[in-house]
Amino acid sequence: MTARTMYRKIWESHLVREAPGEPSLIYIDRHLVHEGTSPQAFAGLKAAGRKVRRPDLTFAVMDHSVPTKNRSLPIMDEAATGQFDALERNCREAGVTLFDMFSHNQGIVHVIGPELGITQPGQTIVCGDSHTSTHGAFGTLAFGIGTSEVEHVLATQCLVQYESKTMHIVVNGKRGKGVSAKDIILAIIGKIGIAGGTSHVVEYSGEAIRALSMDGRMTVCNMSIEGGARAGMIAPDDTTFAYMEGRPYVPRGKEFQEAVARWKGLASDAGAKFDATVELNANDLAPQVTWGTNPGMVSGVTGRVPDPASYRDPDDQKAVARALEYMGLKPGTALQDIPVDRVFIGSCTNSRLNDLRAAARVVAGKHISKNLKGALVVPGSMTIKAKAEAEGLDKIFRDAGFEWRDAGCSMCIAMNPDVLPPGERAASTSNRNFEGRQGKDSRTHLVSPVMAAAAAIEGHFVDIREWNVEAPE
Amino acid sequence: MQPFSTHTGMVLPLDRVNVDTDQMVPKQFLKAQTREGFGRVLFYDWRYLPGEKPNPEFILNRPRYKGASVMLARANFGCGSSREHAPWAVADMGFRVLIAPSYADIFYNNCFKNGILPVTLTDAQMDELFSRAEAQEGYSVTADLPNQTISDSTGLKYRFEIDPFRKHVLLEGLDDIGLTLKHIANIDAYEKAQHPGATMYEAVDAKYFPKR
Repeated sequence: MTARTMYRKIWESHLVREAPGEPSLIYIDRHLVHEGTSPQAFAGLKAAGRKVRRPDLTFAVMDHSVPTKNRSLPIMDEAATGQFDALERNCREAGVTLFDMFSHNQGIVHVIGPELGITQPGQTIVCGDSHTSTHGAFGTLAFGIGTSEVEHVLATQCLVQYESKTMHIVVNGKRGKGVSAKDIILAIIGKIGIAGGTSHVVEYSGEAIRALSMDGRMTVCNMSIEGGARAGMIAPDDTTFAYMEGRPYVPRGKEFQEAVARWKGLASDAGAKFDATVELNANDLAPQVTWGTNPGMVSGVTGRVPDPASYRDPDDQKAVARALEYMGLKPGTALQDIPVDRVFIGSCTNSRLNDLRAAARVVAGKHISKNLKGALVVPGSMTIKAKAEAEGLDKIFRDAGFEWRDAGCSMCIAMNPDVLPPGERAASTSNRNFEGRQGKDSRTHLVSPVMAAAAAIEGHFVDIREWNVEAPE
Repeated sequence: MQPFSTHTGMVLPLDRVNVDTDQMVPKQFLKAQTREGFGRVLFYDWRYLPGEKPNPEFILNRPRYKGASVMLARANFGCGSSREHAPWAVADMGFRVLIAPSYADIFYNNCFKNGILPVTLTDAQMDELFSRAEAQEGYSVTADLPNQTISDSTGLKYRFEIDPFRKHVLLEGLDDIGLTLKHIANIDAYEKAQHPGATMYEAVDAKYFPKR
């Protein structure tokens, strides 16, 4: 038998129908739903007289537009309220598990799926959200879909799919002190470009990936889409199994042992062929800071804002010039000289317990710069919030001048009141620095949690390696 | 879905690389519950000055491109968020054809669900179309899906590639869900053989649960 990639194994085990000259029909094990991209899908289903085929495989949560404080007060945003009401009604009618904004398990969809054990190795998972790639950290095939496909999955529990090409990204070596999973993925995107992974499913491997905790692996897989890839995956190992054990939807005892034995067979076979391979070394990796308006516009923290004229391609020259104008930056400026107005620690990329612990270690006993207009910590889930509070992290952040909030997407997408004001500049642990992403005319620099924490203390970017603190595992 | 066969229309040249779906439909418009009416907000932040005054600098507001229904774009068009609001807005604004050297995967797929034909041409062909669209007021092209060509009235004719199944679905305006439901026996058989289920072993704090 030919050596197969992990992607190919999961693909084959989910084939419902194959026909020559047609895309395949694949089965979807878990469908995650949120208030933002589902109302039209449920409405379409209803209009066609169709039903949710597998409500037991569908899980819904409110995350995109939820307020992160004062949840007991009425919500003034009528459009957001309309979406919450629609999700509630749709879940009640279909009998879909719903984590509403008052659930102790509420949180960002890509945080709570793994946290509750809904996400498991070998599955196919989809959600109407491009960061669904996050779940690939468990050795699942997970990807974002549009609302028409959300409706398709609700109706059929299947998707019509073309088999993707595969890309192998090998990260050798060991991360230095202060270098995070976020820096690995930003460096990868800087290397392959934001369209480098287009039409590919990426598998990440190598010593530096193996050394990451599940939280770190989720950070890496989360931003696969920022490199253009449809999905990102990491083979499950003992780190994965230890994380899984005891979570609410994970089998127990003998059943768990049997599941682990199955999951161990998912890894790509030795000699499996990939359509493309990229190698990186973590040894010489610096903490990364984006300076432009897409995640590929990134540099090591000791670098400088580039000169558009230094690019060969005229399209790149134009894009960089436009990005610098939007960002209010001059070529040649040292990244560490860029002052920040606000700091946001949160999002499906970097809001998990290890992220918060690492950021707390940086700010413990210090205070945010007086030049800062605000600093937010938004845990990825209410479960993480409770665990962090049990460890006293909330007190560390509050004492340092941060606001400590309830869980949600918050300032990553700014659909709730957490908006970065026009012209202001943020150090943000989120995933997109597109124009207007965090608020109209706002300016985003993507960094790791420890880099964001240090920027909050100093009021500008700093090389966290000089602070001698541990980055997240 | 509206079928697509051939379409002739005026060309709007959007000369930017890596246009992301956040630009096509910014977040504040993702709270609607319908698929209609997004044309008004297409490229909102680029298109409007404060008070929703049209920005005369932005190409969509230039009088000579009023009524355009074919959009030229640059590489990696539609990157970023999976929001289908982006192609909804493109279609609602009257665009039936996109022509670019490359697209982001999710956006490309979403176009086919909404009767939009996303054509892929080479960089050199794109440059030629851009220069013609910028030079000639009212420049139009014809997209011919059955023959897989883009042509203009002066003899320019480019052939493009498209997956045969996607072409078939677009030509016929087929309903994807309806197509899949024809294979319900395959789905039933898969479920019976694989028994995929989600068992809750420890209570979670949820509002509703599936009925047993």
